[in-house]
Amino acid sequence: MTIQEKQQEIIDEFAVYDDWMDKYEYIIELGKSVPTLAPELKTQERLIEGCQSNVWLATELKDGKMYFSADSDAIITKGIIGLLIQVFNNESPATILQAELFFINQIGLAEHLSPTRANGLLSMVKRMKTEALQSLAQ
Amino acid sequence: MEPKPFSVHAIREQFPALRQKVYGKPLIYFDNGATSQKPQVVLDTLAQYYALENANIHRGVHYLSQQATSAYEAARRSIQQYIGAKAPEEIIFTKGTTDSINLVAFSFGERLQPGDEILITAMEHHSNIVPWQLLCERKKCMLRVVPISKKGELDLEAFENMLSEHTKLFALTHISNTLGTINPVKDLIAKAHQVGAKVLLDGAQSIQHLSIDVKDLNCDFYAFSGHKVFGPTGIGILYGKEALLDTMPPYQGGGDMISKVTFERSTYNTLPLKFEAGTPHIAGAIGLGSAIDFLKSIDMKAAAAHELELTKYAQGILDTFEGLHIIGEAKNKTSVVSFIIDKMHPFDIGTLLDKQGIAVRTGHHCTQPLMDFFQIPGTVRASFAFYNTKEEIDTFVAALERSMQILGA
Repeated sequence: MTIQEKQQEIIDEFAVYDDWMDKYEYIIELGKSVPTLAPELKTQERLIEGCQSNVWLATELKDGKMYFSADSDAIITKGIIGLLIQVFNNESPATILQAELFFINQIGLAEHLSPTRANGLLSMVKRMKTEALQSLAQ
Repeated sequence: MEPKPFSVHAIREQFPALRQKVYGKPLIYFDNGATSQKPQVVLDTLAQYYALENANIHRGVHYLSQQATSAYEAARRSIQQYIGAKAPEEIIFTKGTTDSINLVAFSFGERLQPGDEILITAMEHHSNIVPWQLLCERKKCMLRVVPISKKGELDLEAFENMLSEHTKLFALTHISNTLGTINPVKDLIAKAHQVGAKVLLDGAQSIQHLSIDVKDLNCDFYAFSGHKVFGPTGIGILYGKEALLDTMPPYQGGGDMISKVTFERSTYNTLPLKFEAGTPHIAGAIGLGSAIDFLKSIDMKAAAAHELELTKYAQGILDTFEGLHIIGEAKNKTSVVSFIIDKMHPFDIGTLLDKQGIAVRTGHHCTQPLMDFFQIPGTVRASFAFYNTKEEIDTFVAALERSMQILGA
């Protein structure tokens, strides 16, 4: 699946939810299913501090593809992290750099990626792209 | 003007913002600690000013400029009366509480010597911490912090022990924005004065909840923001005792605060304009005056009693929730209920409440040292104004229950 297709799949998943609370219940379920990052991986370098909640991001480059694992102390943030990882995992650094994250807006969660949210998510996406750029340079 | 008998319903009618829906649900606005909504009369004043009364002040010879100047100075006098200051010279228009505190830190701070001490408390907002840190760095002074108890009350014994002839200024919050604690400021001010220290009160949270009489409190400075007392953003007040303000050098230089300017030297204006450089937020000041006049039409004693009742009601219900801990249980508190819930992040709770139409604040509330003291990442904070109701609290409680179900499942 291409990154576009992965995003469309998520949009389709969310299309069944009209009610905001149902949407968030689903995100929270997702958050609970995202594996917790091992304590030894939650280092200072991997921490992205937000005003509202913290995010930890671990990155791996294997056979030219990037793999992310992440965690947050807030479960809603973790749910959205789960979606971002679904989209970006197993993609080349070049694809990640060029990727436009349209699904977040389409499923009504644009506020979570806005700078005013200060929940670490926007910073996390920026860091994912930075790590992709660094991997490209290697 | 005689205040009308207090009626929450009648007051709510005057606030258009309270009629709106968010995510299809009626807005329940419990974030008054962050900012207050505005009554129609303030909105009308702002629109009227820009449409028909807009001109620069203090410098014009034409009709509009005189109208604007009159309105601006009338707002100053209205505020002076409302807080019991003896003269309009003691009322400085600033950008807000933070600006007022920075003004004092800079201007009063000029006289400080190495080894002098500034005293603050452990429950202060960043705006009443950082300006003093900057001052202490600049002037090689010491910043000392009065500790608090786990209930969120000042350790009065520690306070007395920390006072000495080295203490030049004690800066403290009147009502804590995170805990709701009302500090016994009159007593504290008297004790600080005994050692020759001046006292600055951060009134950002008290101006809309208590009747303020600066002469009775005998504080040397009192700072507050317009937007927290039903007025516009971008405007605030620094009250200072005239004799003290007279000894302080200017904060910002520019037009209006001068008397005569040459390239060799300039001389400065008298109070209050000495501290009002440049064209101010004229609409803001007039809007604030209008907000204060609006308050004069309300029985503020009854309003304060209503807010206290709401606080006790909310706290009483929340106390019964398993795993929920109220942060800030001072005997004397009002209008703020901060809490955390075991195994649930405040951000998650706040987001789910938001989607049910309820506006609360989550996080550290610009009091990071306080969060460190309680060893928590943040709280969920509901902060009430006199236009909130018990019914709103009931809806909030139901929404909180639903949120906890989803998060706990």
